[in-house]
Amino acid sequence: MREIAVVEGFANNLDARNRRGVMWHMLFQASTVVGIIALIALMLNIIDGAFGYVAYEASVDPDSLAVNGIPVQDQSKEQLVALLQSKLSSGAYNKLNNEKPFVNRSQAEVYQLVVDRMIRPKIVGVWNLWPSLTQADEIRATVAKDHPKAELDFVSWLTTNFIVRPQTSEPLTAGVRTAILGSLWTILFTILLAFPIGLGAAIYLEEYASDNRLNRIIQTNINNLAGVPSIIYGILGLAIFVRTLEALTSGEVFGLVDPTTANGRTVLSAGFTLGLLVLPIIIINAQEAIRAVPRSLRNASFGVGATKWQTVWSHVLPNAMPGILTGTILAVSRAIGETAPLVVVGASTAISFDPNSPFSKFTTLPIQIYQWTSRPQDEFRSLAAASIIVLLIILLSLNASAILLRNRFSRRF
Amino acid sequence: MAELTMKNVEKKASTIDLRRKSRWGESIIQALLFFSGFFSIFVTIGIVYELGKEALLFFQMPDVNLLDLVTSTKWQPHTGEFGIWPLFTATMMTSTIAMAIAIPLGLGVAIYLSEYADRRVRNILKPILEVLAGIPTIVYGYFALTFMTPILREIFGRDVVQIYNTGSTGLVMGILILPLITSMTEDALSAVPRSLREAAYAVGGTKLEVAVQVVVPAALSGIAAAIIIGISRAIGETMIVAVAAGAGPNFTFNPFVGAETITGHIVRISGGDLSYDSIDYNSIFVLGLFLFLITLTLNVISQAIVRRYREVYE
Repeated sequence: MREIAVVEGFANNLDARNRRGVMWHMLFQASTVVGIIALIALMLNIIDGAFGYVAYEASVDPDSLAVNGIPVQDQSKEQLVALLQSKLSSGAYNKLNNEKPFVNRSQAEVYQLVVDRMIRPKIVGVWNLWPSLTQADEIRATVAKDHPKAELDFVSWLTTNFIVRPQTSEPLTAGVRTAILGSLWTILFTILLAFPIGLGAAIYLEEYASDNRLNRIIQTNINNLAGVPSIIYGILGLAIFVRTLEALTSGEVFGLVDPTTANGRTVLSAGFTLGLLVLPIIIINAQEAIRAVPRSLRNASFGVGATKWQTVWSHVLPNAMPGILTGTILAVSRAIGETAPLVVVGASTAISFDPNSPFSKFTTLPIQIYQWTSRPQDEFRSLAAASIIVLLIILLSLNASAILLRNRFSRRF
Repeated sequence: MAELTMKNVEKKASTIDLRRKSRWGESIIQALLFFSGFFSIFVTIGIVYELGKEALLFFQMPDVNLLDLVTSTKWQPHTGEFGIWPLFTATMMTSTIAMAIAIPLGLGVAIYLSEYADRRVRNILKPILEVLAGIPTIVYGYFALTFMTPILREIFGRDVVQIYNTGSTGLVMGILILPLITSMTEDALSAVPRSLREAAYAVGGTKLEVAVQVVVPAALSGIAAAIIIGISRAIGETMIVAVAAGAGPNFTFNPFVGAETITGHIVRISGGDLSYDSIDYNSIFVLGLFLFLITLTLNVISQAIVRRYREVYE
């Protein structure tokens, strides 16, 4: 073929050009592979942190607590309660009893108390999953040499107990219940603020707004707000919700001040701050969904004499709803993972009680991860890894439900 | 009988008033909708007003002067030193490293997805990139601190690389921004009509030449917008920095030592219980205003590029 090239010199550097083509093809492919490797490394790194060997020493030898040869974990509830009563100060004992009377606690719960309050295991070493698998013998040897009394266990930091236990300062008994409930409370107010206003704005811009200057400004403004860094919303939330509207967000107006609450740094402030943050995202997504509803549907509705709002309410919205909800779910998952604005608004560093009103102090799952990650000890890194898995599972199921919703209800006109 | 009813209908119809009626319900609803639309303007006004007001208070403080802000290389509000440079250079360092990773990789992935990959591969890869984009940034922070930093310390030596450093922060930030640039670029590339590619093939272009010399230039405005949005995102990125870049302003260009960025500083200062009208409280508003202006400018530029230079095809 080459001999009959029509244009002279056409085939001169064909080989070089093809070689260059192949080389760049490989480069493009390689960058894709790098991206995937990064994702895999991220996931493996988290899993690596969430499992592994832990060596811990008990402050009180459990064997010394055995009565008549019965080890402490097999003793009856009454025996354990008696044990607690004899060893704890009466103040501490009464406090526990006030939180939840011992009569109502199960044997397992009381045993957990004995472990937390008396045996008090202290962590002396933590290993990630990879070294735990590959160097198990060396780890065992090191622990036997350095901490002869210590017990070495292979643990998963992510357990059901981890999810249902409240936050504590003891890594072995810490959990994320407080943080998960905090996230849920916060998100509730985020949705309450952002969904109605976002939907209203989208309807206004798509159905009512004429093409005039004001409406163009509103549209441009929404696009710009979507690009404002999240931390700026945190500063805004601090100035407006925490400081200016303190009477409202701390519950003073309603006479519902939470005794522990510090000046307006509440679930309500946090939720509204995130609400402002996701508002532009919800508007833009809802606008797209409304735009996808064909003109003919509206015209048919107008044709039988419906008013504008009747048309929007009974024809446009029902058809746009799957798209709007999908967009909202995506915005909510963005809000759930958001950390920086909440740090600025003033998330609490250590609370062990569950939020129970809009005016409670709050912490959320990402905040919890941030605090545990920032601590230098390895055991807190492992807790952070376990809570990251919890967070990612929540986000993944939210996104999956958004995709399902889109596929299930999406209609093509 | 039929004629009779027709007549009745006509008679009735003639009494229906077809003029526009005022409907109170409709008007109220429309007013509510307008309020929702206008609400976003309030948010912007709120941001500008609050940031501006507190920043003004900051500049009115006796030991603050504007000249210091741009000349001094120390940021220590408590000893009265307000040079924004250390925070600014740290921000630039992390963003530059991030973009050095994200631009080439992002463009490479986008060109591969749009021009080379067949549909089956694309259908697998695009959701993966979306997953990458949906991971909260605090998770990337954890990744930077527990994965990237140890690797850097292995490679360059433990005495060279500090535990907290801007290098690993920037690298991980690059991974964070990669999917953003990829998806925007990919959108721009796939918007280039097929006919352009066919024409280029017809005059004998190889696949690479078609992609790089025809498709990429045609989508250049979209690609530029993607890069600028990426930069704006990198500058405003907070949690990776807060976790992995170190605490304490540091005027340095060494990527292996800790330094605090604008966002990192805001998070650290406001992490404790911040008392109102203190110098710390006001200073985060100044930094916030600075950050807001930078990112807003970048976003506006990116939108202007798209509007002005977009090649419109039928």
